[in-house]
Amino acid sequence: MPSDYTKKIVEIRGVKKSFDENHVLRGVDLDLYERENLVVLGKSGSGKSVLIKLMVGLLQQDEGTINIFGQDTTKLSLKDLNKLRLKIGFAFQASALYDSMTVRENMEFPLVRNVKNLTRKEINLKVEGLLDSVGLPKTINQMPAELSGGQKKRIGIARTLVLEPEIMLYDEPTAGLDPTTCIDINNLINQVREEYNTSSIVITHDLTCAKVTGDRMAVLIEGQFQAIGSFEEVFAQAKDPKVKSFYDYNFIQ
Amino acid sequence: MSENIERNKPVISKKLDKFFTGLADAFRFVKRFFQEVWFPPYEFKEVLRQCYEIGYRSLPLISLTGFIVGIVFTNQSRPSLSEFGATSWLPALISIAIIRAMGPLVTALIAAGKVGSSIGAEIGSMKVTEQIDAMEVSAINPFKYLVVTRTIATTLMIPILVLYTDFVALIGSFINVNQNELVSLSTFFVQVFEAISFLDVFSSLIKSLVFGFTIGIVGCYKGYNSSNGTEGVGKAANASVVMSMFLIFIEELLALQIVNAIRYA
Repeated sequence: MPSDYTKKIVEIRGVKKSFDENHVLRGVDLDLYERENLVVLGKSGSGKSVLIKLMVGLLQQDEGTINIFGQDTTKLSLKDLNKLRLKIGFAFQASALYDSMTVRENMEFPLVRNVKNLTRKEINLKVEGLLDSVGLPKTINQMPAELSGGQKKRIGIARTLVLEPEIMLYDEPTAGLDPTTCIDINNLINQVREEYNTSSIVITHDLTCAKVTGDRMAVLIEGQFQAIGSFEEVFAQAKDPKVKSFYDYNFIQ
Repeated sequence: MSENIERNKPVISKKLDKFFTGLADAFRFVKRFFQEVWFPPYEFKEVLRQCYEIGYRSLPLISLTGFIVGIVFTNQSRPSLSEFGATSWLPALISIAIIRAMGPLVTALIAAGKVGSSIGAEIGSMKVTEQIDAMEVSAINPFKYLVVTRTIATTLMIPILVLYTDFVALIGSFINVNQNELVSLSTFFVQVFEAISFLDVFSSLIKSLVFGFTIGIVGCYKGYNSSNGTEGVGKAANASVVMSMFLIFIEELLALQIVNAIRYA
């Protein structure tokens, strides 16, 4: 446990998940502390995205518990799960912007449905402010199809911030982006923590993203965490051959 | 391992198991619609948007098809009637055929192709690009926003489109009759209204409501359950059309039996 993080807000214990014969998670334990950026590393198909989808109830685990802010997600009613979801922002791998809506409508959509009695002025201020903070104020009236991959990722992140979440979950934030845009997204992830006081789980297989954004790394290999700790602890002094091979593989790539 | 083998063992056969599981899923989907449609939020704005997309944007295709159906059907019926010197019955014959069967059926089949496939593809693509998941994690009920609104819109708009198709087909028929039998507009429509009864119009509208509901719910179901990326989207759109058309014919057959039972009771 890192000395500067004391308040545990997510506690995952013994989580297993299978899809038919494919045992993706084989008893996973993980903690997330307040204001911490935790990076979950692993190869494609190792179950990283499954883990965060279990956290927000998009999937159900076969075994184990996930406690978020002291609430066991499996025991929550849909109404209570939705209340919990409002405290969690989920930035999808492919951004998941609504194709039929403009950027403004995409941003307003979760806001007007979850926060009652907002005036038009308040909505505009919020949306425009967030677009400013991700550096894309001019895209407000554009359709998602008119945006680049990097712009979509930024707006996807801005859309999740509209509900002021306490936890951010980033699913492969730099996947499919050029190196310059990757740097921008990594900086944005750090900026979000500073400006919005969020705790984050960043799912990635990109070691540069992990090193820049993460306070701690958790390496998921064959359905279990093989190493958890700081970047140096996990990789520089890695003794586990599986973790070493993951590190070597990334740098050779 | 043995537990896995036991778990994946088919109850009857793999294909039949899949069929019955699919059927149960479809019933659960329809049941969910009827559970959710009555409760807020009502999403009026989205229903109106869908009504515009489904109704107004289908008008050009429906107009053309209805008009051609009216002309062709009149032309094809004439030789049989002229053998008995009964071409003066053409307006009555055409109106009964159009109002009772052809109007609703032609409209529903065209809407199944145009609207059903577009709903299937739209929701399917939202599913595979995680847009539906994005709604769910924002505490928005995607079923309510996507499925309920589109199904309400098709259920409301298909009867209106059917009335419009009936009218356009009758105009097409009138032009043909007017050219050949020199019947005036007023005489044509007097004969049309004398031939049809309240039951004809009422049953046609009720049937259209069912057709509309079928097109909407099937398109949404296929889209909502699509998988396997873009290939799945194409399959969802295709399956929406095929399944809707199949169900429309079955419903037409059932409606015919019910209306005949009422008519001749």
